[in-house]
Amino acid sequence: MATVELRFSAQPEHVRTARLVAAAVARRAGVEEAVLDEVRLAVGEACSRAVGLHRSHGLTDPVRVVLTEEEKVFSIEVGDGVPGPPGSGDETVPGMAAVLDPDVDGEDEMGLAVISGLVDDVEVTSGESGGVIRMRWPTAGGQDLP
Amino acid sequence: MDLSLSTRTVGDRTVVEVGGEIDVYTAPKLREQLVELVNDGSYHLVVDMERVDFLDSTGLGVLVGGLKRVRAHEGSLRLVCNQERILKIFRITGLTKVFPIHTTVDDAVAATD
Repeated sequence: MATVELRFSAQPEHVRTARLVAAAVARRAGVEEAVLDEVRLAVGEACSRAVGLHRSHGLTDPVRVVLTEEEKVFSIEVGDGVPGPPGSGDETVPGMAAVLDPDVDGEDEMGLAVISGLVDDVEVTSGESGGVIRMRWPTAGGQDLP
Repeated sequence: MDLSLSTRTVGDRTVVEVGGEIDVYTAPKLREQLVELVNDGSYHLVVDMERVDFLDSTGLGVLVGGLKRVRAHEGSLRLVCNQERILKIFRITGLTKVFPIHTTVDDAVAATD
């Protein structure tokens, strides 16, 4: 069961709230202080991406954030409601490519690049009910992820 | 915390001092500011990020967009930043190779290459 679950309407102004909640719950779960900046940034990126997807697809559903404290691990899932083919979702365009490719606007393309650069344990899935970004961090007392 | 923006001119450079959080909500304000400067003929920009508390990929995208705009006028966009947590985001996206990043505004204003 989730420790904290958050649903917010797909508006950019709520992403900050999600960041603050995620960082607070991560701190309580025992994620190292030095890593909290990464948690905050990664959740913000995932939520910004979800908000962008909902808005570009005209979805009124909320964005879902599930924060779960497990033994030795703290996990965050950010789910969007935009269906995609199973297994897709890795459309990362690194920052350099965004600069060099005149067709890439850059602003929507770097979120996953940042997440994959920040978080060692990350999984991006996409299915009929939408996409999910799962991220996990070790908590105090458990340095190794299973 | 919201985003704060102020600009000043130093020689032929325009220094944009940014404070607060640059994210998906606030980044459009920074984009507007950069677009307005370029439209008004300021092609050599220095973005001072010393008072930025948070930067995400949306903010990076806006800076990349600004760089593209000034480059179209053979201009420049330099950053001033000493904060490790902000610099890390530029490193993991490879953007340290794209933006000249200086430790002081004076350095950035004096730089020519």
